Amino acid sequence: MSESDLPEGWELVVGLEVHVELATNTKLFCSCPNMFGDEANTNVCPTCLGLPGSLPVVNEQAVHFAMVLGRALGCTVQPSVFARKNYFYPDMPKDYQVSQYDLPTNGEGALELPDGYVVGIERAHIEEDTGKSTHVGGDGRISGADYSLVDYNRAGVPLVEVVSRPNMHTIEHAKAYVSELRDILLATGVSDAKMEEGSMRVDANVSVRPTGSTELRTRCEIKNVNSIRSMGRAIDYEAHRHIDLYNNNDAPRQETRHWDEANGRTRPGRSKEDADDYRYFAEPDLLPLDPTAAEIAAIDEAMPALPQQRRRALAEAAGLVPADVALVVERNQDELALAALAAGAGGAGVVKHLINNLADGAGQLTPEAFAGLVSMETRGDLSSTQAKTVLAELVANGGQPADVAAGLGFEAMDTSELEILVDGLIADNPDEWGRFCEGDKKIQGFFVGQIMKATKGQADGKVVNQLLASRASSS
Amino acid sequence: MSHAVDNPSTAIEIAQAVASGATNASTVMDEHLARIEASETEVHAFNLVLADQARQHADALDARIAAGEDVGPLAGVPIALKDNMCTRGIATTCSSRILEGWEPPYNATVADRLANAGAILVGKTNLDEFAMGSSTENSAFGPTKNPHDLSRVPGGSSGGSAAAVAAGYVAASLGSDTGGSIRQPAALCGVVGVKPTYGAVSRYGLIAFASSLDQIGPFTHTVADAALVHEVIGGHDPLDSTSIPQPAPALTEVLDRGVDGLRVGLIDEMMGHGIDGISADVLARTNEAAEALAAAGAKVDRVSIPASIYGLSSYYLVAPAEASSNLSRYDGVRYGLREDGANVVEMNTATRTAGFGDEVKRRIMLGTYALSAGYYDAYYGKAQRLRTLLAQEFNEAYQRFDVLLSPTSPCTAFAFGDKTADPMAMYLNDVCTIPSNLSGDPAMSVPFGIGDDGMPVGVQVLAPATHEPVMFQVAAEVERLAAEAKGAAQ
Ligand SMILES: [Zn+2]
Repeated sequence: MSESDLPEGWELVVGLEVHVELATNTKLFCSCPNMFGDEANTNVCPTCLGLPGSLPVVNEQAVHFAMVLGRALGCTVQPSVFARKNYFYPDMPKDYQVSQYDLPTNGEGALELPDGYVVGIERAHIEEDTGKSTHVGGDGRISGADYSLVDYNRAGVPLVEVVSRPNMHTIEHAKAYVSELRDILLATGVSDAKMEEGSMRVDANVSVRPTGSTELRTRCEIKNVNSIRSMGRAIDYEAHRHIDLYNNNDAPRQETRHWDEANGRTRPGRSKEDADDYRYFAEPDLLPLDPTAAEIAAIDEAMPALPQQRRRALAEAAGLVPADVALVVERNQDELALAALAAGAGGAGVVKHLINNLADGAGQLTPEAFAGLVSMETRGDLSSTQAKTVLAELVANGGQPADVAAGLGFEAMDTSELEILVDGLIADNPDEWGRFCEGDKKIQGFFVGQIMKATKGQADGKVVNQLLASRASSS
Repeated sequence: MSHAVDNPSTAIEIAQAVASGATNASTVMDEHLARIEASETEVHAFNLVLADQARQHADALDARIAAGEDVGPLAGVPIALKDNMCTRGIATTCSSRILEGWEPPYNATVADRLANAGAILVGKTNLDEFAMGSSTENSAFGPTKNPHDLSRVPGGSSGGSAAAVAAGYVAASLGSDTGGSIRQPAALCGVVGVKPTYGAVSRYGLIAFASSLDQIGPFTHTVADAALVHEVIGGHDPLDSTSIPQPAPALTEVLDRGVDGLRVGLIDEMMGHGIDGISADVLARTNEAAEALAAAGAKVDRVSIPASIYGLSSYYLVAPAEASSNLSRYDGVRYGLREDGANVVEMNTATRTAGFGDEVKRRIMLGTYALSAGYYDAYYGKAQRLRTLLAQEFNEAYQRFDVLLSPTSPCTAFAFGDKTADPMAMYLNDVCTIPSNLSGDPAMSVPFGIGDDGMPVGVQVLAPATHEPVMFQVAAEVERLAAEAKGAAQ
């Protein structure tokens, strides 16, 4: 069973909460360095340690990055208020987290996936990260630990939490959403977006419902997924767990669950039923943020081309649809593609080679050489096999396609030579030719295969087919 | 018996004498330390006296002056800080067991600014635990006594800072005022106390009680001294996001301008028409102050601030709500007290149970409840709306008046134990001072005569936000008129 398939009659419902660490120089409310991997508790000060009497001062670069991300997600950037989220935890120095609640910096937005599906964005708010706990002894959780160590270097690192609407209904869309968000983060430079290092952390809210229903059933929040692939596995496991429960006249409980990568299952964490009441209220130590229209306009003005726009631009130039060129954009090869198109190459050929033959990079290949190669292939001067070989050479050592093809002995085969071969083949196989002329498509492969064998693959398949068709219509 | 100092040297006198070489900082410091030596064991104004350090700093300052250096406008002035203001390497306790022994690794902005102005820190003063109280009886380290009468409270929560000035231990001190914690003890101890505009003085390094209400201000013997100290500690601080982005206003130059033509509004609700429990002698002194101002050329009229009646109710939701969050960090994990427990939750609980006193626990519970899901709108939300209404009413009043006038405290200093059994009776001490914290406007208490019990009475001068100059101008006149009235009575 493919992982995006649920049993007949069930629909998957996924909403994603993605925490993104902003790539600022300093933390959100103090001037400590925002650095990953330094010695524990070295990048700290009274403010990020929450010492009595310390006060926060908001990092303007963090706010700017958050607004850039918001605009990249099509969000409304609005006046916002920081709020305190109150709960006790040892790695949270103040025992409250400064976040945003009813007035986030970024309101409603949307993210379009490469296949054109649109995922709603509810909000993208700014908050501070917590420290990092290591629980020693027991099962690795705080409850059974002998003791716990806390590193506050991460405390106060700026985060944006991007909250999607629960309108993803396939695992592929959930994975594409995370991948697309990561590409946007990298394109805008607001985060290094490394899931494995935790600078991009995904929590998946998963539920299922009968196909055709619009209800939202009890969801479980899946944490601890460290890659897009793990997330896909976790969602699949969780959805099936829910369906099994419903099929047994039971139902899931609303809770946080942790993905256990090694065993391929989710296990229960804290139940949300007895979760803390966070007692949100406006953070009195900070002023509201009120970006001006000019600030927002300047952000839009400076916005780099985003994946969605790049897909559209390339698709239009290549005469294709955006989904066809998604991989090219994801690999950041759209610039090369556009240059090759501008140099006169056909879109389908350019995209085909980029996806199939240039996955590891274009090396020494210039856009002009690339365009020349695609044109030679299109004209029939090179077969697709020859073109692939020439392309590999151009990538490795550069040069011009005509020279490389000549050097490899890939002279364009004279059509008259081919005609002689085809006519000979027809004369030698009258029964097969008869079937071909009656329209038996299967026998076409026999003729093409024989010609290729005779020419050691140097013949252009397209030209061979044209010859066969013209002989059949005149016989 | 009284340990209140007679004819004290003012901060201005000390600074001028030290800077000019008429005396030196060491001599001044010895005089003040001698008074501490004589009666501090009875008064208990301090949690910590830094006698050796203060002498060393005085010597160092004298050396700098001898070298021709200008050491600042508070040259050699002995000062004290309420023990909820951080001092690097010096224990800062908030008069709580939970912070006992904790030494901050940094200075509050006000501590740095005073030191840079030549003032010398003598000690950290006692307070109601985490500034929650009106008598200093909630200190975990025992109460401070009123220097005018050791059987009476000094007020609170900044009782130690008020008593330290009244007893002549220091020439000036700083307190923090969340609902009256500077002005009420100033009134009860017979000194000047100022609650500046919210944001006028940096809160960086002030251990928070209720962040949207807390404000640091001075205690001094005179209005002029308070003006000078405010000039030193006020002005923008980039470390406090709520700090007003302006320099401190010039205050010392406005003090002799009189009140001719100024419009003074006497707040009806606080003069026996709306708020109950203001004692007759306090009302009488306030009326006398108003009459004296009128005689001095001010236009005095009555003004109504109806929402002020609900100030107390609003305050006891907003302040505990913020406190419940601000005090969460005292969990035994990083600093201060830690009581063992079988797991982290039990450790947190044991630490907070042992470390906090009853009043602090009462307010944490009240505030936690007020912020709870389902109650937020009815309590915290409504209390915040009352603040907006109150600020509007004050603004309307200030269309017609330059300053407002009222009693500071409903009564003079009361005896120990009088109000400890009934939290509501204690809370009522702040009924006239709380509205200014809720609105964010400045207000100050100036001594004006004595009550029937012979204890000091203070009157409160209120002004619009950032209008400290006119507030000090009127306060200076009240101070002159009080001296005249005292002279006439003798
Ligand atoms: Zn820091």
